[in-house]
This record gives sequence, structure tokens and C-alpha cells, in this order.
Amino acid sequence: MSRHEHITTAQLDEIRARKHDLIAIRRAVHEQAEKIAEHSTYRKQVLVCGGTGCTSSHSMKVIEQLERSLRENNIKDVIVVKTGCFGLCALGPIMIVYPEGAFYAQMTPEHAKTVVEQHLVEGGHIVKELLYQGTVHEDGSIIPFGETPFYKKQMRIALRNCGLIAAEDIEEAIAAGDYAALEKVLTSMTPDDVINEMLASGLRGRGGAGFPTGRKWAFARNSQGDVKYVCCNADEGDPGAFMDRSVLEGDPHCVLEAMTIAGYAIGAHQGYIYVRAEYPVAVQRLRIAIDQAHEYGLLGKNILGLGFDFDIEIRLGAGAFVCGEETALMTSIEGHRGEPRPRPPFPAVKGLFGKPTILNNVETWANVNPIILKGAQWFSSIGTETSPGTKVFALGGKITNVGLVEVPMGTTLREIVEEIGGGIPGGKKFKAAQTGGPSGGCIPAECIDTPIDYDSLLAIGSMMGSGGMIILDEDTCMVDIAKFYLEFTADESCGKCTPCRIGTKRLLQLLTKITEGKGEPEDIVKIEELAAHMKQSSLCALGQSAPNPVLSTLRYFRKEYEEHILEKRCEAGVCKALMTYYIIPDKCKGCTLCARNCPVKAIKGSVKQPHVIDTSKCVKCGLCMANCKFGAIITK
Amino acid sequence: MEKCEACGTPHQAELLKAVIEQSKSTPGCLMHILQEAQGIYGFLPMSVQKTIAEGLGISLSEVYGVVTFYSQFSLKPKGKHRISVCLGTACYVKGSDKILSEIEKELGIACGECTKDGLFSIDSCRCVGACGLAPVMMIGDEVYGKLTPESVKDILEKYRREEHV
Repeated sequence: MSRHEHITTAQLDEIRARKHDLIAIRRAVHEQAEKIAEHSTYRKQVLVCGGTGCTSSHSMKVIEQLERSLRENNIKDVIVVKTGCFGLCALGPIMIVYPEGAFYAQMTPEHAKTVVEQHLVEGGHIVKELLYQGTVHEDGSIIPFGETPFYKKQMRIALRNCGLIAAEDIEEAIAAGDYAALEKVLTSMTPDDVINEMLASGLRGRGGAGFPTGRKWAFARNSQGDVKYVCCNADEGDPGAFMDRSVLEGDPHCVLEAMTIAGYAIGAHQGYIYVRAEYPVAVQRLRIAIDQAHEYGLLGKNILGLGFDFDIEIRLGAGAFVCGEETALMTSIEGHRGEPRPRPPFPAVKGLFGKPTILNNVETWANVNPIILKGAQWFSSIGTETSPGTKVFALGGKITNVGLVEVPMGTTLREIVEEIGGGIPGGKKFKAAQTGGPSGGCIPAECIDTPIDYDSLLAIGSMMGSGGMIILDEDTCMVDIAKFYLEFTADESCGKCTPCRIGTKRLLQLLTKITEGKGEPEDIVKIEELAAHMKQSSLCALGQSAPNPVLSTLRYFRKEYEEHILEKRCEAGVCKALMTYYIIPDKCKGCTLCARNCPVKAIKGSVKQPHVIDTSKCVKCGLCMANCKFGAIITK
Repeated sequence: MEKCEACGTPHQAELLKAVIEQSKSTPGCLMHILQEAQGIYGFLPMSVQKTIAEGLGISLSEVYGVVTFYSQFSLKPKGKHRISVCLGTACYVKGSDKILSEIEKELGIACGECTKDGLFSIDSCRCVGACGLAPVMMIGDEVYGKLTPESVKDILEKYRREEHV
């Protein structure tokens, strides 16, 4: 398509009509899809995940092979589409063939060749053995992937187009509904209408604290100023969280559209997306999306010929966790050290370059289009009363279905872990779920039936955070996990305020002391006292919430702290200093391999006689255990 | 291939000059220029920081302050192959600390250092967002997932072999 100075709403309709069937087939259930496919240009569509997870498992090689094999077999009525994330990252690369909805997992180039030759050829059949086995019944029948436990309880609003459209094709995005909300806003709503709709929806910021989005916008609208800014926080720094990355990679246009709507609502004409440089794929897709939006006249001067100007620039972060904090993020966009500043004044009054600014995170932006199109009432009917809508979680750690899930607020942790997540691998026991990253806390097994929403998570000492959910099993030491997070915050503290700079360091020292077996009973009291000071007096949320991982593990796993301190014992066997290596006499064959490998000569014994470890000399390096062929060496 | 500050080529200096000229009127351009400069030189030696400070008419201390604040900017040269081991939570609970110590042992350098031959440097990072493949590391732009201490050795060996071909 040539450059549109003013694409009209009629032209948008033309694109939607032209691409309608393609998208409808992917959305429809089985039989319906086949019916539409009868009239479609393409007999079959192959969607391959091009998100970071699957790309890392070499999905690009699968696409290359697909295209090569299709050429070799002279198949011209099958289209290959590179999409964003399907969610089931552990099984990547993933590929779905429509209209059947056949869900192939862990694809290799060889598999791709097989699928072309057996399935995609005229009159071909699904290659059952290459399918995700969750979609194959014992009797050999195939269920749609939407019916599998992983997808069944999910409800995709923010991720509605992820894995559904070609992420680098604006026409597919338009056909899937992107820019329809912008069209509605510019043609039939006043800025106040938009803000009222957002207020009525009850949408709360998905970045962590859960501040009502509509109120933020209303503040910025009411702030005086000729220049205002709209910012997108795509600095997803919480380790183990990749929701925002997936939205940017799978449906970048939904963010551009929503920011433009907000610009119209508050009276801004410039937007900035602050994105982590660690996300090269997302940055690349955003760049492509912005260029295409310009080309189609959906960004820039006189959008849709309706007289509104709005433009967006990308700014790359450079690896500083604190820049996820709103004032620090703005300082960083200004090109300075990303240090936070005291609030008030809030950004809605005095933000970027000293002008009124709103900042929302990617997932929040992704909810704007459906709210505008389907209405606030529809949105607030989903989820719970105080936390309407859905939440995307990045499920990781010791869980079978590692990946991205979106569930209505109020879904219980048990449903997420046991049903959607498929439980803990290796027959291990669920110990806790960590949410909210370095600012959050742990949800222990006894709270597994807690409905997940902003308020109930706060009540049990955790927080929603941006959506990282790390599942921990019995092999995880909770003191070690708390120490892990403190290492993170101590490292990432910007150093501007004392409570955070010194406090994180001192907390970390106390925790290290405990994991090294040097803990004293009064250390727990010291931790609690210091934590209270940090929460009260740190400048920004990083310092205020840094003690949370310690406090919540202390709350639910105090016994573990006490075992470390009083009994010098680490039940999970993680804290090295508290472990003792021991040779089981019955299993030892006296091969001398352990003694020969011991760097400090702590193992004594004669050939063909059981050996013994001198624990006073042992440095706990683990070499003996790694070398023993008879499994005779254990830790206690 | 020991790099030194004086080793910058005239071509690199020209590229840097062009970047500064192109961006200097954009508000908040310092980060962008530093990112580009690191792309040109591989790191940010003091001489480069001085050129940027002069080009933008700001003090060297301001430039240095920004460089040292962000973990992605480096004052030291990095290896030809930059290894970055993820120590994010999902990787950590799956043993990425053991992956890191295995690499350190294998290369005989600590995290944050570069091997004498300039081939490898090791850093740790916080989450590349490929948690489904934990534990992961990146070498250059390539992501390696589902690592074990054994598989790490093979991967490093692959890079060494390529060097000898």
C-alpha cells in the first residue's frame, strides 16, 4: 500500500473486509473455521510463534524450512504467518495450522518438513505424533487447544491478538480490531467521554501498585499546560516477568493506539515508549509498527484526517531496575541518571520535562481498546468488584506449563498452579508462589485458595506486581530466596536515599550471615526493625518495598529462619554452609575415587573399605558426590 | 586483541561525530548517543566520553555519571563473544548460579571480566524474558536455554572451534 497522508475510515473498513476471513478462521471454532476457509484465498494458514521464547528455541529455522518445503512441493495456497507468543513457552517452538487448529509443539526443521509433506499437501492429514500431546486424547481423537487445561480457564483481553496475528503486519492488526477504538474515539467521543469511560471501567494500573487508570488520566487532563506527554512503561525489570514483552512482540499496535487515545483524552501530542534494551525483538517490532502506523496515517499529523496530531518515540533503557519507577523513568528519558524524585508533585502535574504526564505500563495500555469498544460495563463485569478485568501472569520456576497466562481477577492460585500450570514437575510438593518480584512476597501453600486480585494479595503480605509468578517447590530454601531478592535490590538501589542504599545492604548482610550458619536469635528482630524503617522512610517504591520478600517469608516460613539460626540446618539443602557431606557405609565400595578427587584430602579410607569424610576439613565443594558412581555420598 | 583508548580508528571517530551531530538537538539524547557510541567502540573509554561531553556542551562528570549509573554501559572492553548469564528468579530457582560458576571455572575468569585472548567476557543479567527455557544465557545475540553445567562446556567449545577454523 502506498503512503497515506490521510487514510480515511472508509479505507480502514476496506482493509478489515479484505483481511476478515484470514482472522475469522483463526478465531472461529473448528467447523465454523472450515466453512469460512472454503471461500478463503488460502486453503491453510500456518501460524508460527516468533516471540522471544520460541525464537530462542529456533522457530525461525522452522519458518525457513516450512517455506522451503512448501516451495519444493509447489504448494501455493498455504500461508505462513510469524506471530507473537501463544503462551506455552516451555513447549516451543509452537506452530498452529488453521482451519483445523492443529497445535504442533517442540517443532524442529525436520518436523516442519514432515508436516508439509503429510499435512499441508492437498488431501493431507494431521501428523498426530507431532502434536502437543495435551490435545490428543487416549483414544487418538484430537481436542481443540482451547479446550486443554492450559487454555480453558484463561480469558484473553490484553493478549487478545498475541499469537493470532502477524506481528509485523499492520493490516492484520487492523483486521483484528486494532485502531477501531481510536476511530470510535476520534469520530464520536469527546475527551471527557473517554476519561469517563476509563473511570467507569475501574481499570487499575497493571504495573504493580494498581492505581486507577481513569483517575490518572483525569488528573493529567485537569492539569494546566500547553504541552503534555503520554508515556509507556515497557521497562519490565521484574525478573521472571515477560508479559509486557509478549504484548509488544505480539500486538505492538494496540499500545500505539491506546497511547494515541490517551493523548486525545488529556490533550497531549507526543508519546514516549521507554523499553528495556534487553528486549531486542520487542524493540524491533515496535519500530516496524511505528513506521507502518506513520505510513498508514494512523500516527503523526492529522490522524485519519480527523484533525488530531500525535506521535510516538522509542527510548531505550540501559539496564537499571529503578527506571521502572515512574519518576525515575522520566528522569531517564530526559537523558539523566535514572534517579527517582519525591512526589508530590505527581507526574500528572509535573512530569516529563516538567510537563503534565501520564505513564501506564504496556499491559494497562493493552486493555484500553476493548474498554472503548465494548464499554466500561462489559469490562467491570469481569473479575472482582475492586479489581475488574483480567491479569496476565508469567508463570515460571518449578511448574510444568511454563509460559504466559491471562485469567480473570479472582481466579485462585490453586487454579493457576494445578489446572492451568499443570502442577509441579517431578512429583514435588508446592511450597509457595512468589509474586511481585523483588517488591512482592510469597504466597504459601496454606493460602493456595486465595483469589488473586490487588487487595487480597496485599492482605496476605504479597502484591500483584507486574505479573511475574514464580512457583517454588520443596527444594527451595525460603531464606535463600529472600537473600536472592535482597541481592537484587541492593545491587539495583540507585543510592539516592539512605534508607534504601544502606538498608538493603544491611538486610542482605543479615541474611547472608544466617545462610552461612552464623545467624543469632536477635537477627530476626533486627531484620524486622530495619525493614520497618525502610518501608517508612525510603524515597521511592523500590526502597519501600525492598523488605517485602524478607517480611513475607518471615511471616509464613519463620520456622525455616529459626532452623537456620538455632539448629544450623537448611531443610531444603540449599545453603551450602549448613550442609554436611556423609558417606553411607553400606553403599561405599571403597573405590577411592572420592578420596582422590577431594581437594583438601578430607576423605580417608582403604581400598575396598568404606570411606569416611572428616567434616572438620571438608570445604563442601561437592566434588566427591559428583564423582561417586554408587550414589553413596549424601548431604544431611 | 587488547584494546586501548588510543586504538579508536578515524572511521570510528567519524561515526561518533555523525551520531552526536544528528541527535544533539533532541531533548534527552545523551543515553541514545552513549548507546550508539558503545555500539561503535564496544565500550565507553574516557576519550569517547570526553568527545560526547564536548559535543553536547555538558560536563564530563555528567556524562560519566550517566555511564556509571546504567549497567549496560561499560568502561572496560568486552570479549568478542559476550556471555551473559541470566540470574533472574525463574533461572535462579533452576540453578543458573551453578551455570555461572561453571562458565567462570571453564574460562578461568570471574563475572565481569574478559579473557586474556579477548575471546570471551562474562556478565550476569536480570531476565531476558525467555523464562520458559530457564536456565538461559546469551552469547552475543544468541539465546541458549535449558542449560546444564555439561551443556555449557560444549557450547563454549563450539565457539572456540569456530575461532580455529
